[in-house]
Amino acid sequence: MALNRDFVGRASAPSAPYEVSRVKIREFATAIGDSNPIYHDRGAAQAAGHPDVVAPPTFPIVFSLSGGAILADPELGLNFAMVVHGEQRFEYRRPIHAGDELVSVSTVTDIRSVGRNEFITVRSDVTTVEGELVCTTYNTIVERGGAG
Amino acid sequence: MAATVKYDEVEIGQEIPAADYPVRRINLVMYAGASGDFNPIHWNERFAKTVGLPDVIAHGMFTMAQGGRFVTDWAGDPGAVVDYGVRFSSMVVVPDDDHGTVITVSGVIEEKLEDKRVVVALTAKCDGSRVLSKARAVVQLA
Repeated sequence: MALNRDFVGRASAPSAPYEVSRVKIREFATAIGDSNPIYHDRGAAQAAGHPDVVAPPTFPIVFSLSGGAILADPELGLNFAMVVHGEQRFEYRRPIHAGDELVSVSTVTDIRSVGRNEFITVRSDVTTVEGELVCTTYNTIVERGGAG
Repeated sequence: MAATVKYDEVEIGQEIPAADYPVRRINLVMYAGASGDFNPIHWNERFAKTVGLPDVIAHGMFTMAQGGRFVTDWAGDPGAVVDYGVRFSSMVVVPDDDHGTVITVSGVIEEKLEDKRVVVALTAKCDGSRVLSKARAVVQLA
């Protein structure tokens, strides 16, 4: 089923603040097989000029998909069983580190058909609870056969 | 936030030597737990086959993370990666044996930007197929 184009421009409510913890950064770094001390050891991170351990570049995938609420809206018409990840991008103003409390607002920026597939792109603006923009993520998912 | 690589010592076209990242089923189980993505195509062979996949496949974000690891290892400081984007072009199939599979990542300096930033173009391959395309990282060098 074609996705509902009326969703382009629609934004989520701000997420509940996500508290970035040393333990979660360590767990994520371990899961991707990365033993970089700047992820695991506060002293090493501080020696490199960071206030605390830093999150790996792809870490925001853990919390930035608050667009999930939009994607799950039945009015959009997305069949999750047919979804694959198409593209992903992270654009940083500064590194994320343990102690950050981050709020995400997700906006549908594009819906298009390519062949028989539907592509939907969601941008998430990630700010601190004080309102400092830290990172913007761009997530494109593909619904296979959605336009057929 | 200091990269160990110096901007003035890097040239366009310079290659970053390839690195191999082995992937076994346990890595996907760990990634599922750490990321919160429990889609069964990443751990349940029976389910993967019912939706037309050859076997369990790695999370695209796991593969992207290996590319990120390649760049941060080169740069010396993960905080030096200011932009990182990829397109997922092929699946990483992970068989249920002691070896799994291997993602091989290599890179080349594609462009030198202002403010001591460079664009690194990444190539990620598995079983002879490119698993990422349009993979680019912007890195803040010293």
